[in-house]
Amino acid sequence: MTEPLLEVKGLQAWYGESHVLHGVDLTVHKGETVTLLGRNGAGKTTTLKSIIGVIRKRQGQISLKGTNILPLPLHHVAKRGLGYVPEERGIFASLDVHENLMLPPKVAEGGFSLDEIYTLFPNLAERRRSQGTKLSGGEQQMLAIARILRTGADVLLLDEPTEGLAPVIVQRIGDVIRALKEKGMTILLVEQNFRFARRVADRFYVMEDGHMIDSFRADELAGRMDSLHETLGL
Amino acid sequence: MATQTAATAVAPAPEAKGTSTRTIALAIVGLLILLAAPFVIYPVFVMKVLCFALFAAAFNLLLGYVGLLSFGHAAFFGGAAYICAYSIKAWNFPPEIAILAGTLFAAALGAVIGYLAIRRQGIYFAMITLALSQMFFFVCLQAPFTGGEDGIQGVPRGKLLGFIDLGDSLAMYYFVAAVFLFGFLAIWRIVNSPFGNILKAIRENEQRAISLGYRVDHYKLGAFVISAALTGLAGAVKAIVFQLASLTDVGWQMSGEVILMTLLGGIGTLVGPVAGAALVVSLENYLATSSFPVPVVIGTIFVACVLMFRRGIVGEINAFLDRKK
Repeated sequence: MTEPLLEVKGLQAWYGESHVLHGVDLTVHKGETVTLLGRNGAGKTTTLKSIIGVIRKRQGQISLKGTNILPLPLHHVAKRGLGYVPEERGIFASLDVHENLMLPPKVAEGGFSLDEIYTLFPNLAERRRSQGTKLSGGEQQMLAIARILRTGADVLLLDEPTEGLAPVIVQRIGDVIRALKEKGMTILLVEQNFRFARRVADRFYVMEDGHMIDSFRADELAGRMDSLHETLGL
Repeated sequence: MATQTAATAVAPAPEAKGTSTRTIALAIVGLLILLAAPFVIYPVFVMKVLCFALFAAAFNLLLGYVGLLSFGHAAFFGGAAYICAYSIKAWNFPPEIAILAGTLFAAALGAVIGYLAIRRQGIYFAMITLALSQMFFFVCLQAPFTGGEDGIQGVPRGKLLGFIDLGDSLAMYYFVAAVFLFGFLAIWRIVNSPFGNILKAIRENEQRAISLGYRVDHYKLGAFVISAALTGLAGAVKAIVFQLASLTDVGWQMSGEVILMTLLGGIGTLVGPVAGAALVVSLENYLATSSFPVPVVIGTIFVACVLMFRRGIVGEINAFLDRKK
């Protein structure tokens, strides 16, 4: 196996005095889609926020392309090629779709052009002059992903991209993620929608109470269903 | 979110995109009013409105588009007025160089105050700017060259570019109108540029802008310095118009007044601060000779505006027109 693109070792994090992550380890290799599974409050979103640096009170090691990014300020982490799409999407409401897409700085070569974005997300092309506030939840999610693709980030961190979306939109987001996989994008996904996750992931990590309790490949999924039923309450 | 400032609590109505026919028509009407105004209204009064309109528009660049509520902008307005007035009176600078000197001083002062203040948000940012501007007020009070309580009086208007006599009130007026237009168009360009979009993104969700890769402190400081420089431009021109630079220009009341103008006109709208400045200056001017207590009247209007028209005059009009679309 090649050197992982993103490697997290012994990651601990705190919300104030509350110790919420207890030594999380994970690796993501180039071109992989890795999914973090777990119940509400297991620490999945906290793991993503700690990796990108939104949560600053943390310990451990986070290596991106072999460089420890833990001490770096958040904007430097983004410029090193880590793209983060938060659960709340973070669309800038006073800007229209086009302006939202033009906003991100280019962090590396290989960022998607506007034509590529509009081909991948035809809805956004139709609504390019619509304000961020006037988009549906699904369109906002697509815009949030598209905006990160513009930067040329090497690794995408997607936090619950299907949260609160209609099934038809969830399917569309799944198609987009698979299209990105085919293009060789590396994705770390947090997801509670297990059906969605099993459609797109190459590997899984399972979290509980801030610990990583299991990891397995997609082809091992059938043999883990009983334990997943118990852990995730499926 | 936690990093949002006071400005976002009164979220501005988003302005229409592009240059619509309505915008062009309004711009032409505005330009015609600007050209005809000195023949209808007392020119010095209109010049005062224009100076304060530029001051409020520059202040709004920071409050309306970055979400930073500065309570110390009088330092830039009054500081530039002092530098401009002193350089004309003591060093015989021509007016254009004196205005440039005042503007550059305001930008430099803005860089210092902004550097110290932008690390904090909300009320803490406002308090730091207030404290630093009060320190500057004290310097102006004590420094020998400012004339203390008397200020710098009898500043000659001089000749613009060596041949346009600004002693002529019509020439002075059109010069002030040109400076106002320059400042206003500069703000319009900034707001509608990629830089302006980044400022709006910072106002809406600073954390998100950082996680996209922007070093937001640099952008906030940039906006602060630009706002300070344009405020200084307004202050320097005002010193020439009134031939006076005084402590009134650097006092905290002046900082409060520009907040009032911006809120009344409409935060985050380009024309709002201009309308707010026109309203406040008109009230001060016309009520000054009446028996009405000016601060009480303005205060009442302010309270009514905050209670009933939180978007301000222009903000409410924009929202009404948007609803009708």
